[in-house]
Amino acid sequence: MASVTADKTLDTSGLNCPLPVLKTKKALEDLQPGQVLEVISTDPGSKADIPAFCQRTGHELLETVEEGGKYVFYIKKKG
Amino acid sequence: MASERLAIIASKGTLDMALPPLILASTAASLGIETAVFFTFYGLNIIHKEKMKKLKLAPLGNPAMPMAFPPSVKKTPVLGQMAGLMEAVFPGPPQIMGVIPGMTDFMTAMMNKTMKDHGIANVPELVDLCKEAEVKLIPCQMTMEFFGYKLEDLIDGLEPPAGAATFIQYVLEADKPMIIFV
Repeated sequence: MASVTADKTLDTSGLNCPLPVLKTKKALEDLQPGQVLEVISTDPGSKADIPAFCQRTGHELLETVEEGGKYVFYIKKKG
Repeated sequence: MASERLAIIASKGTLDMALPPLILASTAASLGIETAVFFTFYGLNIIHKEKMKKLKLAPLGNPAMPMAFPPSVKKTPVLGQMAGLMEAVFPGPPQIMGVIPGMTDFMTAMMNKTMKDHGIANVPELVDLCKEAEVKLIPCQMTMEFFGYKLEDLIDGLEPPAGAATFIQYVLEADKPMIIFV
C-alpha cells in the first residue's frame, strides 16, 4: 500500500512503450500544480522510463510501488 | 529558439523500421524536447495517407527475424501447438521462404497481431501521438518529387516540405542539437 493519496488515477495496464509515458504526460496536463497522479503500469520498461520522465520534466516522483507484476507510480505535478 | 533540438531521420518504409522513429519522437516531445522527424526516401510512406496503413515486414533479407507467432495464437489449443512445432523446427524462417508469394503478407499479419497482443501502438496511432505531442513532421521535398507524391497524398498537419540544407540548418541552430538516423 502506498502512503500517498492520489487526486487522479491513470491505468495503462496492457500498454507498452511508449504509451505509458505519453499517457502520463497527458494526464498530468489536467492536474493542478501540487496534485498527485497515480499511474498503474504493467510494462516493465516503465520502471525506468517513468522516473526518467519525471527527472526530465521536473515533476516529483513521490513513491513507486511494485506488486504482482504491476508498477504503481505517484507523481506530484510540478508547481 | 529551442536550446535542445532532437531530429530524427526516417528513411525506411517497412513496418519494423517505421516504429523506432515514431516511438522516439513522441517520447522525446513528451519529455519537453523540441523534436522533429524528417521523412525521406521510403520513410515518406510512414506519412502517406494510404501507404501508412499497410506498411509491410519483409522476411527476405531479414535473417534476424524469428518465426514469431503472436502470443494470442500460441494460447489457442490446436493452432498454438502447431505454432510451437513450427518454431521448434524453424527457429527462424529459412531465407529462401521469403520468396514464397504471400510470405511477406503473412509475416506482416503476424507482426501486426503480435504488436496488438503486446499493447504496442500501430503506425497511424503513433503518428497521431507525435502530432499531439507537437513533433514537427517534415517531408523531404526532393524525395516527394522522386516518388511523385503530392502534398495531398500525405497526411494533414505536416510542416512544409524541406530540403537537406533547410533541415540541417534547423537542427544545428539549436544550442544542443542531436540527430538520429533510422
